[in-house]
Amino acid sequence: MERREGHVVVPTSVPPSEPARLVDDFTPLLLDVGEHQLCPGCGEPVAMRSALEAIAELDVIQRTIAVFGIGCYTAFSNNLDVEVLQALHGRAPSLATGAKRAKPNTVVFTVQGDGDMVNEGLQEVLHAAARGERITCIMLNNGVFGETGGHMTATTVLGQRTKNTLDGREAEAHGYPIMLSNLIAQLEGAAYVARGAVNNAGNVARTKRMLLRAFESQLAGEGFSFVEILTMCPTGWFIETQESPGYLAEHLGSVHTVGVLKDVALR
Amino acid sequence: MTTAPARQLLEGSEAIADAMIAAGCRFFAGYPMTPFTEVLEYMAAKLPEVDGVCMNAESELEAIGMAWGAAATGTLAATGSTGQGLSLMQESLAEISLARVPLVVLNMARAQGDYFQATRGGGHGDYRHLVLAPMDVAEAVELVQLAFHLSSQWRNPVLVFGDYYLAHTTQSVAVEAIHFGPPPAADWALDGSTGGSGNARLVSPLGTGKQRDAAGYDLAQHYLACAQGTTEMLEGVTPLVDTGFVDDADVVVVAFGTPARYVRAAVRSLRDDGAKVGWVRPISLVPFPAEAVAAAAEGARAVAVYENNQGQMIDDVRLAVLGRCPVHFIGGLSLDSSGFGIAPDLDVATLRARIEEVLG
Ligand code: SF4
Repeated sequence: MERREGHVVVPTSVPPSEPARLVDDFTPLLLDVGEHQLCPGCGEPVAMRSALEAIAELDVIQRTIAVFGIGCYTAFSNNLDVEVLQALHGRAPSLATGAKRAKPNTVVFTVQGDGDMVNEGLQEVLHAAARGERITCIMLNNGVFGETGGHMTATTVLGQRTKNTLDGREAEAHGYPIMLSNLIAQLEGAAYVARGAVNNAGNVARTKRMLLRAFESQLAGEGFSFVEILTMCPTGWFIETQESPGYLAEHLGSVHTVGVLKDVALR
Repeated sequence: MTTAPARQLLEGSEAIADAMIAAGCRFFAGYPMTPFTEVLEYMAAKLPEVDGVCMNAESELEAIGMAWGAAATGTLAATGSTGQGLSLMQESLAEISLARVPLVVLNMARAQGDYFQATRGGGHGDYRHLVLAPMDVAEAVELVQLAFHLSSQWRNPVLVFGDYYLAHTTQSVAVEAIHFGPPPAADWALDGSTGGSGNARLVSPLGTGKQRDAAGYDLAQHYLACAQGTTEMLEGVTPLVDTGFVDDADVVVVAFGTPARYVRAAVRSLRDDGAKVGWVRPISLVPFPAEAVAAAAEGARAVAVYENNQGQMIDDVRLAVLGRCPVHFIGGLSLDSSGFGIAPDLDVATLRARIEEVLG
């Protein structure tokens, strides 16, 4: 091994003299198993990580119940070090309602995708919001049914190519996308509504702040809190992994615009 | 010294609500549908008095979801509907069984057309529910409480299969808490407290153990454990049955729920006239009292089945009788014009005539 201008240069013509070393473990506190089965470049693990970090920072680890819907992120339901209640697609807000009402001292949050929450369970999340249910719902929105292989969902934007809108979503044939955060923000029971994204470092940091504020809102008993997170799905979008953050900004993010839509604390 | 509980004139729905509360139920969610509606009304009025929660859900899907969420925290919870609403709940019922969550579900059905729905279920996967079918309000008060006990004991949903008569009949009953022994510890239930311990709990139809290392977890093992649990439950619960005059009966009549009361009256009246008839009334529909039916059929010339539908329980009766003697259907769909499933053929004279026809 030689040093040149302050850098270590490793010769590649011979095997390394010592194996690579792990200098730090960046596994978040509440993840039991560092490995996950999601695709490279998927935005969901980053979103999950932000939620776990928020729970740890707020020091509510020992009174938190997560309710999972069905999607690729469901893979996390059995490897988080947080209590998890696994729901059917669409039903997580109802299960969360029952859990929270039965144990009001808990912090209850749901994780659902756009297919789960907007297609299958739109009524559930709207009613939970209208009731001002003291739970936090997180929607991971990638505009496709990622787990089934990239089909159109109710949030797919016009022009977006999916497995069953091969020429892009057309309003005439497939209707218009639902902007769920905007709908929820109109409901009186909703205390905090925000839409973040995980396509770049700035958005990841912003999303994390949104999650913190949503959980704080729940802890303060303000009402229903909701964070929609735009996530990359290179596999379902049928694009190169490295193109997906840009694709998110250009397509999904230009319609489902990022920002805080409602915060009762700022009224 | 304890004083005997006062007898009260209670409508079936009200008695069922009182019995649920006596059993310790502290969470109820429902969506109005006749004749389930009154149970919901009474629960909404009475649960808050004992610090319980009653949710007026926006649909049956949400009602069972809410009850599922509450039950997962170890709270004794119940929901219910009428057959049509139960149809909507089937998907969740299947998942709740696989997630091994206790829950009591009422079906205040109209006629008896929901027998298959109750005993076979309409959900996916390899699951079963225990099903109890009370004959009247007093029996409902007992069976509703037994349902909570069995549900906690076996960590499985239990259905109480009632009908319009049961919901709307007023009867003099005493609602008293029945003690079935200590319930098993709900150490699986979620309260958030195990987070961060390295052993956080999981309540899921996909497995109840978490992946603690890179080895993953075994879904097949979970399904096999569920199947084994179901078998143990079906074999571990003694079927409940009520029989009368079966020892020397030429014809045995099988009926369940409210119609069985009319069948019993018809059989008694025929006995008074010297006819050798008897009855078997399955009280638990799952597990089905097949042995009692088989024993009654032994030596009988025929078995007759009355049910207010096109013939559903008759399949279970035939399986129990196993060809020992012919099995005749003497029921049939019979509905009054209001559409609420009060069978106009449910009178003793009509039933007597049908049984006499089988007697020959
Ligand atoms: S299919 Fe899409 S959402 Fe699913 S893991 Fe792969 S990238 Fe993520």
